[in-house]
Amino acid sequence: MFDTALTVNDLIFLARGAGMTIIVTAISVVIGTLLGILFGVIRVQLGPILAAPLTFVLDIFRSVPLLIQLVLGNAFIGMVLQLQISGFTVACIVLSLYTSAYCAEIVRGGIDAVPEITRRAARSLGLTWGQDMRYIVLPLATRVALPSWIGLALGVMKDSALVYVVQVTELLKSTQILITRLQEPLFLLLICGAFYFIISFPLARFGGYLEKRWSND
Amino acid sequence: MIEIQNVRKSFGELEVLKGIDLTVQRGEVVTVIGGSGSGKSTLLTCINGLEAIDSGKILIDGIEVHARSTDLNKLRRKVGIVFQQWNAFPHLTVLENVTLAPRKVLGMPRADAAKIAEKQLRHVGLGDKLTTYPSRLSGGQQQRMAIARALAMSPDYMLFDEVTSALDPQLVGEVLETLKMLAEEGMTMICVTHEMGFARDVSDRVAFFHQGILAEIGAPDQIFVDPQHPETRKFLAAVR
Repeated sequence: MFDTALTVNDLIFLARGAGMTIIVTAISVVIGTLLGILFGVIRVQLGPILAAPLTFVLDIFRSVPLLIQLVLGNAFIGMVLQLQISGFTVACIVLSLYTSAYCAEIVRGGIDAVPEITRRAARSLGLTWGQDMRYIVLPLATRVALPSWIGLALGVMKDSALVYVVQVTELLKSTQILITRLQEPLFLLLICGAFYFIISFPLARFGGYLEKRWSND
Repeated sequence: MIEIQNVRKSFGELEVLKGIDLTVQRGEVVTVIGGSGSGKSTLLTCINGLEAIDSGKILIDGIEVHARSTDLNKLRRKVGIVFQQWNAFPHLTVLENVTLAPRKVLGMPRADAAKIAEKQLRHVGLGDKLTTYPSRLSGGQQQRMAIARALAMSPDYMLFDEVTSALDPQLVGEVLETLKMLAEEGMTMICVTHEMGFARDVSDRVAFFHQGILAEIGAPDQIFVDPQHPETRKFLAAVR
């Protein structure tokens, strides 16, 4: 049916690109989530007025297109900070901050969903603020926030395609390289899309599994 | 002993407690009645330091609750509180709800905490629900679990904030029975309630709050049979 020039080596090349997509996404989602929890908790604790400067910075990361953030971030780190770091590191830094800005909002929503009285009940038993956060608020907030967080992680995975602008060859860039050489754009994009699906599917299913398990509580 | 001395508390412009004085002795059961917005519930949350006060003093066994030097987390172990609703930690089983504070606050080993929790849960009639999640309990069972959870910290005082108000009428009885049992066992209790029958049967004294003021306090027979304050009379006539 098809007649393609795609070789096994090309597929391995694409798989390497997919590997890079997974690595950049995993690092950014992990760091971005940790920062997002920190920023989200700070926002809730400080209240809207005291947290306004942080909210403003996070709003910038949420509203400026990622492509621009990557180019400007790369220029800032290289020219202003005079740091010689790889495009991979720049990509992870920018994508982590971008993720954290969205995650902070998800965390804030999750924390707000925990009834004030439930928190008072916890404190009234003598639990400290930290224990209340750890044993009551964050587990409950996680249940509320999970669907949005899964959406964020999948979104970051797809957005990570933009890190090619800082010379990181991830899945989409690898595909483009092959398209230039083989001139079979539709077929190659189909394979590329299949790779993205294979990466996303387990995460989406895992989220569904957790939601189902927690709904039994 | 709980001593409340000239306590004032405002939320913004609204003064909800206008100089409350009340002393509750060990072993005493005081019920607090009054219309909504009279400051009853606010008083309870002030007693265990969940709410700050604007002036006055609250002393628990001589320790000033709102003093800067007071370790509130430590003080709260002496004073259990149960709210109207949303008491349960929904992600934890009944047993875990009750063992959490003994384990994390008192540093008790898991097995010891479980032993105490089981005892308290049996005491309130939930011995067969240990591994159940709160969402599978009725409202009355959830309230009894919250009582067991507070009791597991071996408090010297218990505060109950309209614990039956959010329940379906047929579930009120089982929770009141639990409170009665505690009162008979000699627990020092302050109960904010709308259940006049309960207030009459169980209390040593009944306090009537009206618009942030402790309008009248006395033995149940006196308050219910021969109320002195015109607002008390009006209130009792309305709820009867």
